Amino acid sequence: MSVPLEHDYIGLSEASPSMEGSERSSGGLNLKATELRLGLPGSGSPERENGAVTEDRAGYPLGMLKSLLVVSGAKRGFSDAIDGGSGKWVFSGSGGSEAELGKGGNLFSPRGVNGSGKGGLGGGSDCANQNPGLGVPVLKDGVVPQSPKPLQEKKSQLSAPAAKAQVVGWPPIRSFRKNSMATHPPKNNDDSEGKFGSGCLYVKVSMDGAPYLRKVDLKNYGSYRELSSALEKMFSCFTIGQCGSHGVPSRDGLSESRLMDLLHGSEYVLTYEDKDGDWMLVGDVPWEMFTYSCKRMRIMKSSEAIGLAPRAMEKCKSRN
Amino acid sequence: MDPERKKVVEHVAVSTFPDEVLERVLVQLKSHKDRSSVSLVCHSWYDAERFSRTHVFIANCYSVTPEIVSRRFPNIRSVSLKGKPRFSDFNLVPPNWGANIRSWLVMFAAKYPFLEELRLKRMTVTDESLEFLALSFPNFKALSLLSCDGFSTDGLAAIATHCKNLAELDIQENDLNDKSGSWLSCFPENFSSLEVLNFANLSNDVNFEALERLVSRCKSLKVLKVNRNITLEQLPRLLIRAPLLTELGTGSFLQEHPACQYSELENAFNKCMNLNTLSGLSEVTALSLPALYPACANLTFMNLSCAALQSGELAKLLVHCPCLRRLWVLDTVEDKGLEAVGSNCPLLEELRVFPTDPFDEDTFHGVTESGFIAVSYGCRRLSYVLYFCRQMTNAAVATIVQNCPDFTHFRLCIMNPWQPDYQTNEPMDEAFCAVVKSCTKLQRLAVSGLLTDLTFEYIGKYAKNLETLSVAFAGSSDWGMQCVLGGCPKLRKLEIRDCPFGNAALLSGLDKYESMRSLWMSDCKVTMNGCRVLAKEMPRLNVEVIKVDGSNESQADKVYVYRSVAGPRTDAPPFVLTL
Repeated sequence: MSVPLEHDYIGLSEASPSMEGSERSSGGLNLKATELRLGLPGSGSPERENGAVTEDRAGYPLGMLKSLLVVSGAKRGFSDAIDGGSGKWVFSGSGGSEAELGKGGNLFSPRGVNGSGKGGLGGGSDCANQNPGLGVPVLKDGVVPQSPKPLQEKKSQLSAPAAKAQVVGWPPIRSFRKNSMATHPPKNNDDSEGKFGSGCLYVKVSMDGAPYLRKVDLKNYGSYRELSSALEKMFSCFTIGQCGSHGVPSRDGLSESRLMDLLHGSEYVLTYEDKDGDWMLVGDVPWEMFTYSCKRMRIMKSSEAIGLAPRAMEKCKSRN
Repeated sequence: MDPERKKVVEHVAVSTFPDEVLERVLVQLKSHKDRSSVSLVCHSWYDAERFSRTHVFIANCYSVTPEIVSRRFPNIRSVSLKGKPRFSDFNLVPPNWGANIRSWLVMFAAKYPFLEELRLKRMTVTDESLEFLALSFPNFKALSLLSCDGFSTDGLAAIATHCKNLAELDIQENDLNDKSGSWLSCFPENFSSLEVLNFANLSNDVNFEALERLVSRCKSLKVLKVNRNITLEQLPRLLIRAPLLTELGTGSFLQEHPACQYSELENAFNKCMNLNTLSGLSEVTALSLPALYPACANLTFMNLSCAALQSGELAKLLVHCPCLRRLWVLDTVEDKGLEAVGSNCPLLEELRVFPTDPFDEDTFHGVTESGFIAVSYGCRRLSYVLYFCRQMTNAAVATIVQNCPDFTHFRLCIMNPWQPDYQTNEPMDEAFCAVVKSCTKLQRLAVSGLLTDLTFEYIGKYAKNLETLSVAFAGSSDWGMQCVLGGCPKLRKLEIRDCPFGNAALLSGLDKYESMRSLWMSDCKVTMNGCRVLAKEMPRLNVEVIKVDGSNESQADKVYVYRSVAGPRTDAPPFVLTL
């Protein structure tokens, strides 16, 4: 395992994570080929071949790789880690894959886009598929049955607990129920931005200056207050400098416009793009109307937001 | 006459009164269990009962023949029939297994020309049968098909066309060939007797104008459950024409155009003062849900199992439903939603939580033991639960049944087979021990999770009122099943799949099976020889083995044993071997 030494300007270390055990064999993947080595010649990592920009196995230039890395990183869950003091930040690899680094294991580079080790960087879809969830431990493999399995030989699909393939008629749910869920799935796919469905309402949240976006499910919140505290937690690493000036943000009793205060008082303003494509100030309309019309959100710098508020007011007036 | 004989004569005179009077009295008896008891008293009571009976419920269509039924009960107007074993709902019974209504209909046409009601569950019904039904019974009033197969919407068209006095058409959860929605337009323009219409599970569009006119004409309509193709914009037009509705199943609750139609919807729901049952609500959103609130004041049953509500939405809705006794939800409401149930529904008696993604093991959505515990603290009258979850603990179940000792139906489905208590990693034996010990009125139990024979020892020992037991992926040896068969005095239905129970277990129940309705064992360790022994020892049982292609010759893949006075089946397909 390589030891992370320097960080490039977006804070990605050079270390490669070890592969997740069950799904793929680590031997088949050469992550070094996808390590980011932009602009850091001679950093001294023993595993570096040279400091120049290299190409990965598939022969794609790393420049393209970098942009794809950022995109695919955003699709995965990750926990934020702050590179203390420097003002830069890093992000960790996705749930379950912990690299054993010399330094105490906080910092990981994202898994290569070309996760399967095969050629082609298109889509990053295989990365998305490999993500089991937002870092929450997956129960399925942790629980190995102790008692002897009663199944006969021919049900070999169940013989490996890790496989857990679907068994006929289990769980015991009537067909009509399965069919109705299949044709009208309550969950949104990530592809549809803020599509108005009955299950989730995921919208992208970007923050000026951050290299990756987050997604929040507006259905999880019942009011602007809840949304603001969630966003604050999510983006706290970016505003950590600003938070200090308002005191430690309290976990409870966050007032309704706290984020507005926080953001208005600091460099940032929370805005959203509505169904008409206009950028609006968050907080003007009733919560339900907001969730209905919000397609994506942007935490923009106040400097850019000048002139936004008056326009937002006009828009609301004409709407009402 | 000598004194002894005189006493006997006096006795007889006093204890006899005219049969007509007895029949008049017995006509009032509705419960078939009571009627069975009455018929056993003596010959004259048996006769009085059989002449006065107008409704017959046959729980297993192969336990008796149509001839026997018609001989015993000459005055039947209403029949309920159940066919296939329950596990056929989960694709464990191959198609064309049987339970065809045809031979029954032929008998009915001959012996019960005044038949009015037919309610079928898990039967095979063809379009020809439906047409035959429609043409043979001029007084026919009520057809209910639940979990049936073999027919298409053409059959429904025949019913709509010919049944002039139809009051109830209830087509639920069937495996039918939904060719088109035009069946609904087959109701004649002067037809107005419908009181119950349920086509919620049909997928094709019906002609909305025809439906609107139908609802308009049928002034006594009390139950209307439409399919999801009926839009939220169309719904008010139906509601205002059906002021007597007590049960409503909506179509899609997705609001396409926000502002305008909302007020119409609100007005319509404001007028629904009599609703006690609500279902449907597919694609419901936070925006459209509040329109319902005015109609919820008297709701006792809310079926949200097609509505992917989130916890907050459910919480807001429940505030408006103080009278709720039965609630079905999807696990999108999560534990938080169930906490809201606990807080807002003190009268709740029944809760069913269905999984949204039953086959996605990696999801971390859904409900856990906390939600169930929260409900148990708030809803002390809970007596029926069906709960699909991915994790459970023994301690949680113990708490739950301590809070709610009145359970009559406890169906817990931990969706990953053989899953232990996720906190202690122990089997879930103690959970079900707590259930059977605390819930003395328990009639129906479905177990899941990692279970050893100990669970079944507890069940056999404590579940004195248990009638139905469903077991999957559980037990360690024959002993488990032997305990159940040796205990559980009221056991009627036992269905088992994928358990290590073999011939010894099967044969330990010899004395029991005749007092039971049926036994199902699939993918266990029973062999053909074991079944043959059973068949030989118990000639009044039908012992049937369903052979699955490519299986071991000596293994009895699926065994279905049931008592019958009809003898072996005459219509068994080749893959059903009667031993």
